Amino acid sequence: MADAIANIDLDKEEDYLLNLGPQHPSTHGVLRLLVNLRGEVVKDLKPYCGYIHRGIEKMCERNTYPQIVHLTDRLDYLSAHQNNEAVCLLVEKALGVEVSDRVKYVRTIMSELSRIASHLLWWSAFGMDLGALTTFFYGLRDRELILDIFEETTGGRLLQSYNCPGGLMYDIHPNFQKRVKECLVHLKKKLPEYDKLLSGNVIFMNRAQGVGILSKEDAISFGVTGPSGRGSGWACDIRKMEPYSAYDKVQFKEIVRSECDSYARYMNRMDELWESISIIEQLIDAIPEGEYQTKMKPVIKLPEGQYYQRVESSRGEFGVFVESRGEKNPYRIKFRSPNFANLSALDHMTRGQKIADLIAIMGSLDLVIPDIDR
Amino acid sequence: MNAIVEYIKDVFGGMKSLLTGMTVTVKYFFSPGEIVTQQYPENRDTLKMFDRFKGNVYMIHNDQNQHGCTACGICEMNCPNGSIEVIAKQVVVDEKKKKVLDKHIYRMGMCTFCGLCVKACPTKTLAFGQEYENSVYKRSNLTRILNKPNSTLAN
Repeated sequence: MADAIANIDLDKEEDYLLNLGPQHPSTHGVLRLLVNLRGEVVKDLKPYCGYIHRGIEKMCERNTYPQIVHLTDRLDYLSAHQNNEAVCLLVEKALGVEVSDRVKYVRTIMSELSRIASHLLWWSAFGMDLGALTTFFYGLRDRELILDIFEETTGGRLLQSYNCPGGLMYDIHPNFQKRVKECLVHLKKKLPEYDKLLSGNVIFMNRAQGVGILSKEDAISFGVTGPSGRGSGWACDIRKMEPYSAYDKVQFKEIVRSECDSYARYMNRMDELWESISIIEQLIDAIPEGEYQTKMKPVIKLPEGQYYQRVESSRGEFGVFVESRGEKNPYRIKFRSPNFANLSALDHMTRGQKIADLIAIMGSLDLVIPDIDR
Repeated sequence: MNAIVEYIKDVFGGMKSLLTGMTVTVKYFFSPGEIVTQQYPENRDTLKMFDRFKGNVYMIHNDQNQHGCTACGICEMNCPNGSIEVIAKQVVVDEKKKKVLDKHIYRMGMCTFCGLCVKACPTKTLAFGQEYENSVYKRSNLTRILNKPNSTLAN
């Protein structure tokens, strides 16, 4: 802290340092930003991580592979299902286990449901960041339906731990298909309301358009992935590049915008909601019969070697790297979390912007703090 | 002159966008049937969780106070956090030494509700309960012994 202040050049009278966070409502968690301001213009900022560091990567080294799965829930809790899936796909790839089509279909549907739930929460919180409290209630109202679907099938609302190496923990609930269809009908009715409320609002557009420019080159060099990276014109969707689970069986558009501003990132997520709905609609009636769990050995040991698996989580590319020495727990595990890379671009995007726009830009990146610190 | 026209256009365009948003909120204001607020503490008696809801882990006992736990320790092995501890004791039945369950300790404060113990239990004796109010006054109250007093192994 002392070093940080010493290194910052406070040459004018109106220069000052501002600690945003770690306890601040608009940082969505315990993120601390040390902002260097001149008046209300941001000169630069330094993110200080570690307030919610739990040492998950180290904890994984003492756990077996089925036990690791539930720890990945706690990284990016809003895309818990996709994180689980990454570990499971890695173990299945390393062992050469082929899961049934039923598992692939259910995993894809669950991933897309999590993506919708995550984007709905983001939409609610983003509106609230910009001063529109109504969005928070409307978004959470519709997210509740999806959480009910999760709870009925998996037993968990937020942290589901539904995947396990070789398949799923339980079969889908008999009501699952009916509920999902009802939910999609409801969402299709409500999403146009969202556009009416926020997307076309003049105050919102003035605060989002042309703010927080991140060029394509910068997005690639910072590694900003997900809807944020695609808002900068970088086609980086893992679902298209390396289709996993049932993504090769469905038709969907990769949404890319080249405006590079907060509004492009916002509209990308709104369009992804529609794409996710269309993916689920293609799969929900076609779930094939089959085993929901491939028979695995009681103790799973990966062969010696290095493995990497990536999936598209709600916020970008989530990767798992495992170095195995042939034991039942990994020698070293490393998570490539999308939020850490997205946060790294924040300093670049906010330089020269106003302090109020910093909140808008941070909201448009959709940061989840436990994923940054791990 | 153009600047004034642009300005007036902006004003009316902005008003229109605000009114579009207002139609949504006003619609909900006059149709309270679509409000989905749940009155949580008031509906405590009728609130029913889903069958697979992960509440506390408990041990299934039948009406003769018998359970199916053979003290194999597979749940303890599968638990990622060490929240389960199975303590077995040796008893002599028909001049043969036999391992039976003494205490099945479950520390709820350390549990992350991953469901691995329930899934791994070979005799399907562990299950998730339906409780959703878990606050206690002392941390020691979170540690529970799952087998009831004087319970025996079901045949």
